[in-house]
Amino acid sequence: MELKGRIWKFGDNIDTDIIIPARYLSLTDPKALGEHCMEPIAPNFHKDAKPGDIIVAGSNFGCGSSREHAPIAILALGIPLVIAKSFARIFYRNAFNKGLALLEADIFDDVKEGETIEVDISSGTIKLGTKVVKAKPIPPFMEELIEAGGLINYLKKKLEE
Amino acid sequence: MGMTITEKILAYHSDRDVVEPGEIIEARIDLALANDITAPLSLEEFEKVGAKKVFDTEKVAFVLDHFTPNKDILSAHNCKKIREFSKKYGIKNFFEGGRCGIEHALIPEEGLVLPGDVVIGADSHTCTYGALGAFATGMGSTDITYGMVTGKIWLKVPESIKFVCYGKWQRWVTGKDLILHIIGMIGVDGALYGAMEFDGEAISDLSMDSRFTVANMAIEAGGKNGIFKVDEKTLEYIKGRSKRPYRVFESDPDGRYKEAYEIDASKIGLNVACPSLPSNVKPVEALKGVEIDQAVIGSCTNGRMEDLEIAARILKGKKVADGVRCIIIPATPKIYREALTRGFFEIFLDAGCIISPPTCGPCLGGHMGVLAKGEKAIATTNRNFIGRMGHPESEVYLSGASVAAASAIKGTISHPEEVL
Repeated sequence: MELKGRIWKFGDNIDTDIIIPARYLSLTDPKALGEHCMEPIAPNFHKDAKPGDIIVAGSNFGCGSSREHAPIAILALGIPLVIAKSFARIFYRNAFNKGLALLEADIFDDVKEGETIEVDISSGTIKLGTKVVKAKPIPPFMEELIEAGGLINYLKKKLEE
Repeated sequence: MGMTITEKILAYHSDRDVVEPGEIIEARIDLALANDITAPLSLEEFEKVGAKKVFDTEKVAFVLDHFTPNKDILSAHNCKKIREFSKKYGIKNFFEGGRCGIEHALIPEEGLVLPGDVVIGADSHTCTYGALGAFATGMGSTDITYGMVTGKIWLKVPESIKFVCYGKWQRWVTGKDLILHIIGMIGVDGALYGAMEFDGEAISDLSMDSRFTVANMAIEAGGKNGIFKVDEKTLEYIKGRSKRPYRVFESDPDGRYKEAYEIDASKIGLNVACPSLPSNVKPVEALKGVEIDQAVIGSCTNGRMEDLEIAARILKGKKVADGVRCIIIPATPKIYREALTRGFFEIFLDAGCIISPPTCGPCLGGHMGVLAKGEKAIATTNRNFIGRMGHPESEVYLSGASVAAASAIKGTISHPEEVL
């Protein structure tokens, strides 16, 4: 899958309390969750982010709680992809389960906020002007899950068998 | 090459003789857990897959502990949904109202997790149960749905990291000071995806309550699980609680470790994690004079008997400083009752503390002690991220119960010896 999107930059250790503060966790409606995405550090993010935009972050993105509301809130804004130097493990699982693509690549210092990048998610190729960066490959099992349409579809198929 | 305790538990639960770090396995689970904020999403997915039942009505638990007693209409609605689901599908371990406590204190107390188990929970602090020599890890709601339906879960076998502690603990020092020391040393992603294994003579000297605290915060170093050896203290703890057989696993002497740290317990003092990361750790002495508006003694990290005992010892005959709210949250109804019968409530009330029913409440800025803009709290909780306890411009300092209680009395971050 190929994407072209405008970059939003966030630094290291962006925790789930930043992505979606706990006080909104009674909400289950994705749109309502999206309205509070990144609120503690970027209160206007939900208004300024446009569908197709891409988040680029530093290390340990998504650390903290297990709340699945975090990838749901990001997806609700139409953001299909986060590229970070590394991801916290629960967030990593949740993102794949919810259909938010993640790529592990250290491009934070090579990009500017607002610039557009082209990414081929399947091959993990990120085009930065003339430079091409390869993201860390997605584990084969995760690829299987993606091919099955996520964990819930994988489970559905299993139950039908 | 030998195996670590984590690898042995995962091998047993996937019917294998050997597993290696990095391998993806499908493991049988002994418990799948969710709470009032994560279960609603699990139940939505459960409906979507069209499942007709849970894999085992004894091995699914719902604990309504985060925004309870219901903080608003939406929270009440979510709890109602879980209650109806539990009734419909015959979930045996549904906890609410006067039977409910903070999940990671309640589940071990009820004997629902035992040594050698594999437990998955839709709460990042599920790793707490590693204190009992179980493999326990946090996941999202969708993964829990998968576990609830199939009784299995896919896992990547983690690399193990060993923390060997030797020497004698200083007075007042508890598990909280050790885990803050470790997080300060390795950082909030220092154990990313790894199994944090705690061993050594000083670990044997830690109480069970302190071990729960240490395992609880493994996630704060990015760990997948935290795990302890089963010893006499563990067996004593589960005596009278276990209702089913269990297996004790032990690391081989030649088990492989990605890293090993040796820690001199006698060099660890009282630690405080400053805003806004749990790794921003300083000795309490370095924070003299930092004014606080609130002290919170509670949570899945430090709301157990040991913590309340320490708080009572320090608060006895003292008064909470003017302008400070000191909120004490016994983690479960049993702990609440024991604190009451042992006279701790009188000490707390005389000192001017607020005693809350068991709830996660303020730890995650839910209710029962949310901070205003510019306010500072010292808390025995586990996270001090931006806005964690309320307004984005409020701040949280993390400590053990002794520092929180002493700070409540002084009104500034203090060592317990300053008030005794």
